[in-house]
Amino acid sequence: MLTVTDIHSYYGKSHVLEGVSLTVNKGELVTLLGRNGAGKTTTLRSIVGIVSPRQGSITFDGSETVGMETFEIARRGIALVPEHRGIFRMLTVAENLEIAVRSGSQWSLADVYGLFPRLWERRKNGGNALSGGEQQMLAIARALVNGPRILLLDEPTEGLAPVIVDELVNILREIKRSGVPVLLVEQNLNVCRKLADRHYVLEQGQVVYHGTAAEFDADPTIRDRYLALSA
Amino acid sequence: MLNVYLFQVLNGLGLGMIYFLISVGLTIIFGLLNFVNFAHGAFFLLGSYLCYTVVTLTGNFWLSLFVAPLGVALLAWITEQVLIKRAYHLPHTFQILITLGMALIIREASIMIWGPIGKSVPTPAGLDGVFRLGSFAYPEYRLFMIVFAAVIGLLLWFLLERTRFGALVRAGSEDTETVSLLGTNIFKLFSLTFALGVGLAGVAGVLSAPIRGAHPFLGEEVLGIAFVVVVIGGMGSFTGALVGGLLVGLVQSLMTTIWPQGASLMIYGAMAAVIMLRPYGLFGRS
Repeated sequence: MLTVTDIHSYYGKSHVLEGVSLTVNKGELVTLLGRNGAGKTTTLRSIVGIVSPRQGSITFDGSETVGMETFEIARRGIALVPEHRGIFRMLTVAENLEIAVRSGSQWSLADVYGLFPRLWERRKNGGNALSGGEQQMLAIARALVNGPRILLLDEPTEGLAPVIVDELVNILREIKRSGVPVLLVEQNLNVCRKLADRHYVLEQGQVVYHGTAAEFDADPTIRDRYLALSA
Repeated sequence: MLNVYLFQVLNGLGLGMIYFLISVGLTIIFGLLNFVNFAHGAFFLLGSYLCYTVVTLTGNFWLSLFVAPLGVALLAWITEQVLIKRAYHLPHTFQILITLGMALIIREASIMIWGPIGKSVPTPAGLDGVFRLGSFAYPEYRLFMIVFAAVIGLLLWFLLERTRFGALVRAGSEDTETVSLLGTNIFKLFSLTFALGVGLAGVAGVLSAPIRGAHPFLGEEVLGIAFVVVVIGGMGSFTGALVGGLLVGLVQSLMTTIWPQGASLMIYGAMAAVIMLRPYGLFGRS
């Protein structure tokens, strides 16, 4: 469904991605692991066109997206929930959602309010009045009403209390069950192992490991070698 | 004596509403596009001249109130497509140079088309009388101007605060990248907002034409005041443009009664006072 082939991305002169390839198939939840600075966020930003890869190809449902504008890629159904969450602080919760609503989405406004009752309670609050967990829920809810055909999540549980993390894990399960594939960047290995079908590990802009969840769990040396500091 | 002050307060309100319409466009454009438009005053001027032309050709002020702002907005939209959108990523100094150049082109073109001497626009028929309340009398057109500008202000508030387009403009003022991530064509939003903001300057140009006429150097004067208003009110703030516009209008108008020589000085005095107390303006955010 989403195929990234040998992309090279740069920030100015620094070569951040040195040939990343990965695929996400229908209905899968795939994680992208690696230490800070390995290129996980840049991979996601390259997929949505915020960073334009200088080499390589990204295809979604068979069509090339490298060179397209971010909004065009988003309209094709690639939804990114960025690490900073991107909540509009001066808009209310309801407005944050309403500007994202697209007809034809699997999820209506009512659906996401059902999925996140907290957001319904806080719909009239400004985006600046939300806790970290609420912001993350709003960011995910906003991506859902936007009609995603694949969801990219950048460290959704970062800085959140364990109770909220559990709640998010349930939501992600729900999303996965709905058939929308997810590409998840996450530092919390427990979260990843609860959800993932496959894992990729990035190091210095390259994929250094790729395996199914079972393979990954069976081989603790991978964790020690590539993730020890962050795990 | 009291009537004199009431007269000046109403004048100040009228002037203030004109300043509001000019500045609100400037401030919306700056808020969303982070773009400094030094041609804003020139577009106001164009609004006044187009009003003059339409009134001269058809004798119909109401037609000009409709046609001139649309013409100004259309020209702004074309300019945005051809030139302005290439300057969004440049530093403000470059944007100032480019738009100052545009302002000069518009001014000189206006002189070529309409001549170096100012044109006056007659007070629209039906509003050329005087409104009386007891011993107090006030020109009808000036009252109409206050009301009309207030209606435009309300419509604009509704557009910005109660519609999806407005929510997108406000969202974009905070974070354009996330707006793009939600599938909104940010470039289209920019063009429309630029045309809208400049169109508001066009409305102000038409409204002021029957009072001040159209004069080639009106643009510079208006631009200076618009920036004072925006600095007082706070960059990017609708409420700031309204309060700042009214404040400047009232100060200028009352001062012409109290201390005529110091009227312009006091505008800048008010600005300096606000900057000292609130560096980001009355309603600005850092």
